[in-house]
Amino acid sequence: MSSGLRTQVGQLARRSALRTLRQPAQIVPALVFPLFLLAVNSGGLKDATNLPGFPTDSYLTFALAVPFMQGALFSVMNTGTDLARDIETGFLNRLALTPLRGAALLSGLLTGALLLGLVQAITYLIVGLVAGAELVTGVGGALVIVLLSVTITVATGTLGLFVALRAGSGEAVQSMFPVFFVFLFISSMALPLDLIQTDWFHAVASANPVSYLLQAFRSLLIEGWNLGDLALGFGIALTVFVVGMTLASRSLKTRLVRT
Amino acid sequence: MATEQRKGIEVEGLVREFKNGPRAVDGIELSVEAGEIYGFLGPNGAGKSTTVLMLTTLLPPTAGTARVAGYDIVKQGPNVRASIGAALQEAALDPLLTGAEHMRLQTALQGIPKGEREARSDELLERVGLSEAADRKVGGYSGGMKRRLDLALALAHGPRILFLDEPTTGLDIQSRTALWDEVGRLAAEEGVTVFLTTQYLEEADALAGRVGIIDHGKIVAEGTPNELKAEIGRPTVEAVPQEESERERLGAVLERFGERAGASPRGAAARLEGGESQLAEVVRALDSEGIAIETLQLHAPSLDDVFLAKTGRSLEGAGDAEEPEAEAVGAA
Repeated sequence: MSSGLRTQVGQLARRSALRTLRQPAQIVPALVFPLFLLAVNSGGLKDATNLPGFPTDSYLTFALAVPFMQGALFSVMNTGTDLARDIETGFLNRLALTPLRGAALLSGLLTGALLLGLVQAITYLIVGLVAGAELVTGVGGALVIVLLSVTITVATGTLGLFVALRAGSGEAVQSMFPVFFVFLFISSMALPLDLIQTDWFHAVASANPVSYLLQAFRSLLIEGWNLGDLALGFGIALTVFVVGMTLASRSLKTRLVRT
Repeated sequence: MATEQRKGIEVEGLVREFKNGPRAVDGIELSVEAGEIYGFLGPNGAGKSTTVLMLTTLLPPTAGTARVAGYDIVKQGPNVRASIGAALQEAALDPLLTGAEHMRLQTALQGIPKGEREARSDELLERVGLSEAADRKVGGYSGGMKRRLDLALALAHGPRILFLDEPTTGLDIQSRTALWDEVGRLAAEEGVTVFLTTQYLEEADALAGRVGIIDHGKIVAEGTPNELKAEIGRPTVEAVPQEESERERLGAVLERFGERAGASPRGAAARLEGGESQLAEVVRALDSEGIAIETLQLHAPSLDDVFLAKTGRSLEGAGDAEEPEAEAVGAA
């Protein structure tokens, strides 16, 4: 990376981080809402652990994977809304008049997502463990959980950037939030895949990549070091990142029509 | 390089059409000398901002050519951007960042060496009178402060050409005057070429060496403010009688020297067919008719008179539509 590009990425990353830290309205819901759902689910569905074949006797441990995914979905909204606001206010035009490179803009914006993802992951993990969740892989597993969570958060953030660049409005980005959330609900969020009895739901959840991201977290929390599950989780996250960045880069070229 | 530095803006047949829309800019031609302040005057929707977006490389033209600082706006976009600074129509600032943080970002993105950024930022903030507010978030700035910061950001890399798109719209008179002073100083002392769009007649009159008047995407008049006024030429004499009952008689006397013109509710006015030299005759005529005068004023022709003469409409309230800028930026 050239020093010019490094400077651009660094400065935009700094701005993105400052913006994130100065907007409690972005941070608080992304922390509170997933933890609230965790409390509700782990309290209301704890009898599910009595099902034969349920992988743990602690539903809290099973459900702790979900906040990491919910937090990542908040990242879609936050990064997308920030960029959409830059488009709406003309700030993107200001940036376009500098020698800024598109890659620097996207990377810088994702730094805010990365920062938020880090805060989210550490918070969810600490709250979960304090509440009594298990973590069979210990400190190493905790680090990998944080790494995976941040990777997923940044990856889904690229989708937010893509939607913002295509639509150019914060409202459009926010309207995508429920769509992304549906992916979470039609996954193995509440039950392991092999315990889902309804055929169509089992088929949909089995085809849904979110199920395998959840399984990557659960393998670390419940089973131990399962390299296959981890590879699949990281592989899906990186694939989403590559696809999202490619789409966002193309849309940025259309959006920045500077000659 | 020395040759390049003397180049201003040259525009030939520039056109911008929007999808399913009007020709926002319809074949304009203009030339701005280096170091000149060029006022681009017109109502809302006339094509001013679309022209600025094209000249700053943010919007490709549909047809025509333009060179800014000697560089082609289509083929040499990066060179153009390196030579210009721009404060576009809305002061596009981040309300969550401070003024100093904006300057830090802008100087870094413009490639100013790290060791020089802080000094450059401080110098520009001082120049626009924002040193004390530098560490406050921009969300708390007034409209005038935002505009001044916008100007400082546009100057971060020492551009040779400055585009200011309606820089004083919505500002109070004090903020407006302060901005005028700084823009005038930039041109006079630093030789910066300024392309200034405005819908304020007095702004073009006060700042611009030459003025282009644009209406419906076409330039309808161009010249120095004095040339343009002289072109349509006749000053207006306005008088207010001491006795209100004399107003009609006063009007009749003034009408001998030219057609009636708009005046204050208590007075009467006429455009002098023979120019300023008729003023003495007017005074003698009023004296011989025995009409006692409270005030007598001679108004030079205004740019609004020019606009009226060229388009058949008064500039005040002539705008009827915003230019479709957002569509342009997003859709091309």
